[in-house]
Amino acid sequence: MSGDIGLWAVPLAMVGGAIRVSTPFLFVSLGEVITERSGRINLGLEGTLVFGAMAGYALAYMTGSPWIGVLAAAGAGAAFGLLHGLLCSLPRVNDIAIGIALMLLGTGLAFFFGKAFIQPVAPDLPAINLGWWSDLPQVQAALRVNVLFIIGGLLAVALAWMLKRTRIGLTLRVVGDSSDAARALGIRPARVRILATGFGGALAGMGGAYLSLFYPGSWNEGISSGQGLIAVALVIFARWSPVNCFFAALLFGAAGALGPALQSVGVTSGYYLFYAAPFVLTLVVLIASSSKSGALTGAPRELSITK
Amino acid sequence: MTSFLTRRRFLSTTAGLAGAATLGGLGRPARASGELTVGFIYVGPRDDYGYNQAHAEGAAVVKAMEGVTVIEEENVAETQDVQQTMESMINFDGATLLFPTSFGYFDPHILKVAPNNPDVRFEHCGGLWSAGMPANVGSYFGYIGMGQYLNGIAAGHATKSKKIGFVAAKPIPQVLLNINSFLLGARSVDPTIECQVIFTGEWSMAVKEAEATNALADAGADVITCHVDGPKVVMETAAARDCFICGYHANQSVLAPEKYLTGAEWNWATVYTDMVKKTMAGEPIDNFVRGGLAEGFIKMSPLGPAVSDAARAQFEDTKARIMSGGFAVINGPMKDNAGNVVATEGQAFEESDVALESMGYLVEGVIGSTS
Amino acid sequence: MAVGADIPAPATPLRAWLTGIAGRAEGLLLPVLALLAGFAVFAVFLLLLGKNPATFYALVYKAGFGTAFSWNNTLSRAAPLLFSALCVAVPARLGLVVIGGEGAIVLGGVMAGGLAMLLAGWPAILAMPLLALMAALVGAIWIGAVGALRQWRGVNETIASLLLAYIAIALMNHLVEGPLRDPASLNKPSTAPLAESLRVGDLPGWNVHWGLAVAVVCCILCWVLIERTTTGFGARIAGGNVRAAQVQGLPVTRLVVGFTALGGAFAGLAGYFEVSAVHGSANASLASGYGYTGILVAFLARHNPLAIIPVALLLAGFEASSGLVQRRMDLPDATMTVLQGFVFVSILASETLTGRISLTAWLNRKDTA
Repeated sequence: MSGDIGLWAVPLAMVGGAIRVSTPFLFVSLGEVITERSGRINLGLEGTLVFGAMAGYALAYMTGSPWIGVLAAAGAGAAFGLLHGLLCSLPRVNDIAIGIALMLLGTGLAFFFGKAFIQPVAPDLPAINLGWWSDLPQVQAALRVNVLFIIGGLLAVALAWMLKRTRIGLTLRVVGDSSDAARALGIRPARVRILATGFGGALAGMGGAYLSLFYPGSWNEGISSGQGLIAVALVIFARWSPVNCFFAALLFGAAGALGPALQSVGVTSGYYLFYAAPFVLTLVVLIASSSKSGALTGAPRELSITK
Repeated sequence: MTSFLTRRRFLSTTAGLAGAATLGGLGRPARASGELTVGFIYVGPRDDYGYNQAHAEGAAVVKAMEGVTVIEEENVAETQDVQQTMESMINFDGATLLFPTSFGYFDPHILKVAPNNPDVRFEHCGGLWSAGMPANVGSYFGYIGMGQYLNGIAAGHATKSKKIGFVAAKPIPQVLLNINSFLLGARSVDPTIECQVIFTGEWSMAVKEAEATNALADAGADVITCHVDGPKVVMETAAARDCFICGYHANQSVLAPEKYLTGAEWNWATVYTDMVKKTMAGEPIDNFVRGGLAEGFIKMSPLGPAVSDAARAQFEDTKARIMSGGFAVINGPMKDNAGNVVATEGQAFEESDVALESMGYLVEGVIGSTS
Repeated sequence: MAVGADIPAPATPLRAWLTGIAGRAEGLLLPVLALLAGFAVFAVFLLLLGKNPATFYALVYKAGFGTAFSWNNTLSRAAPLLFSALCVAVPARLGLVVIGGEGAIVLGGVMAGGLAMLLAGWPAILAMPLLALMAALVGAIWIGAVGALRQWRGVNETIASLLLAYIAIALMNHLVEGPLRDPASLNKPSTAPLAESLRVGDLPGWNVHWGLAVAVVCCILCWVLIERTTTGFGARIAGGNVRAAQVQGLPVTRLVVGFTALGGAFAGLAGYFEVSAVHGSANASLASGYGYTGILVAFLARHNPLAIIPVALLLAGFEASSGLVQRRMDLPDATMTVLQGFVFVSILASETLTGRISLTAWLNRKDTA
């Protein structure tokens, strides 16, 4: 029945929120894992995400196909990533600084060209209804799963396998741990890093397309509230493991649903503090799971931010 | 491809300027005597389906007036940015009538800039001008709560769960009045209806607005309205959850025509053309301007296809009573949702009552709290 | 930054002097050339859109630097950027990437706004420094905690400072709309307005508040601290190589916590000036992104506190001209962000050419010829 489900609304909303909200975090952080595993950090993914959101929405609107939008977002994201990768391959160019500048450029270009697309309505990405077994509309709504979420979950597993078991994964890890060792093996570190950053950018662009084409499902200048930046932080939180990224993104999404869900069951005071739950939770887990000596477990040794 | 289309858009919107895109644009635009430059300042994008769009639609009407030059700026923060924007419009463009439209622009920003520019008129939306403030500052606002009351009537007829929802930004008087009016309108249909409110804490934050809308639908609300700067996300999310929607700020019916019942819209063109005409004629403008449906400051979106005949009848009847004046939404005896009396027997707050502009409570039947 | 420092000492004092000058000139020439290259790329962008770049740059100059009003506009935008850039640049000397200065700004502002309510009757000469000090202290604790977490728990400072910034903004919103809200602040929840006697005024003859002067002094003091004191020297060593610093017996923990706290104190001061000189009370407008813009300023200045001053002015000038460009050329407000993006990518990428267009090398070549 569509009746009142009382306090059950809170955990249900958190499951729903985890599925709805986590996908952009998932895509950006998976991409960034690959980039960082190669020994580079790209802080500019926030700009890539926003540009991807705009490009995806615009193309979906113009062609009528949301999937073309996703492809366009991935392409645009890859272009930003490759630009970052190329520039940072020049000697003495700082990857963090370039990332921040590209964040500005990506956001600026997205807002510049996005003005024309705030008004129009683009077609949404399809969702798969995994809640068909339930009569409760709340359950059905929570389990309306977008295809990109499923792709993201599979991608996390695939990337983990790729890093561990394949030649590409080994190459990435060698490059990330020591440029000298990589060169000794006949690998060109710069080329690997450029490709890894391009891949990271493509995934970040797709994360943006999810925002504008599925949830919340429209393009506007407030579409991202820092998802791209937080996702980069989640990579450190997830210790450079793709599977951990999946869980980190889910945790972050679930905690984000807490604020509105609690208000809807009558816990109405101090909502700003509940809205801060994802950040507090992440920080607490981070502090609890870190230790003075084991701080950088899993960190690629060439990574500037953890050196 | 994107850039091509956008480029075309820019070229078309600036067709008139294309030839004039020379260094000649540097100086103050040439003005014949008796002409007026009017500046509009927005806190967000002009086409947000909401607060800023409502003002920009008013500005567009002014733009078409004879002898008026309109200059506009978007995305101006409520910091010293807006002070500089006002000064810049005055210094570089010779603007003598300014409409800084966001509420947060008033105190301290307008109040600081106005005394330095005594020849410029500053008209602010929503502010409470009071004696002692600079004489070249004025404030205007509309009784939009009446629109939310009418929204509530449409909602009251449409709801099956007897629960309606409100996505709100912050618990401030303008928002609280809207929430209360929405519920009281619905309760004029059925006094058992409740209204769930969720505050997002931000004027514009897409993901939070979508999450809040979903939480309302999960809690059983089946008609949803909002008070955030850009209602597009709330409207689309609510319609996707099979809820009916009532618009706010501007007309959002195009986003979900089947689900859209009606909407409380601003009609700033009335206010702006009037003020511009008065300025050009050298007539004074009141420092404190207010108006409602009757004065044409606000309007209702056309009723949608889902509105029943009974709803339509009550809607039109109530609208006529509001237009004839003296209608009071807050009508005693009335308690807030914490049990305190907010209006005693026989006490009524008409739409023009300034006390409504410092409302600090949610009425009985609203699920939510003001802090 | 002493770019010529690693050049071998030439034989004569005159040549030493010349080489020094040449080294400095190089350090200046390269960013300026890169700036122009960025302008050129953006000019092409404008041409593709059918806009006249000459008009555009003339407008930018006029509205950013061309008139007395333009300078007022630019300088008043620069003040908060100087403080927030210091919050990034100071810890950066230890190799720390702190990106959460925004949090210290808003909490510094809330502290100033909240405490001012209690100090209403106090003489300004006592109350004003106390407010500034307490705002700085809150900022110092907030960002200092990031340094402490890094030293004692091994928590990455970049992610911790970012998360803390979001938490700080939530706290600020909660406080100004809850416990610290002035009931009279109806539609813009704020703390009670500061007493007139506690307001910070403008610099004589300008429409720019005193925060700018204080910020410039802070930049100079930071430069002295980093470049001219043993503490600063120790910090630079620790920033280069923590293990080496520890072997040398440098107090790494004290340096890390101290430098992060110092950076946070500056961000707290930014919040203090926003409240006492601009807003007159603490409210949600405090979270306006200065903390994030400061990151960019600091990185462009290569974390040199003196270089922060011209970089902040350039950025502020761009932002000051945004309005006029929007109105005269019918370009969207994001135009300036795009320009900044092009220019900053260009400047940062140009660092690869450091030493390639070398005046010092040219001097030396003449020497050997």
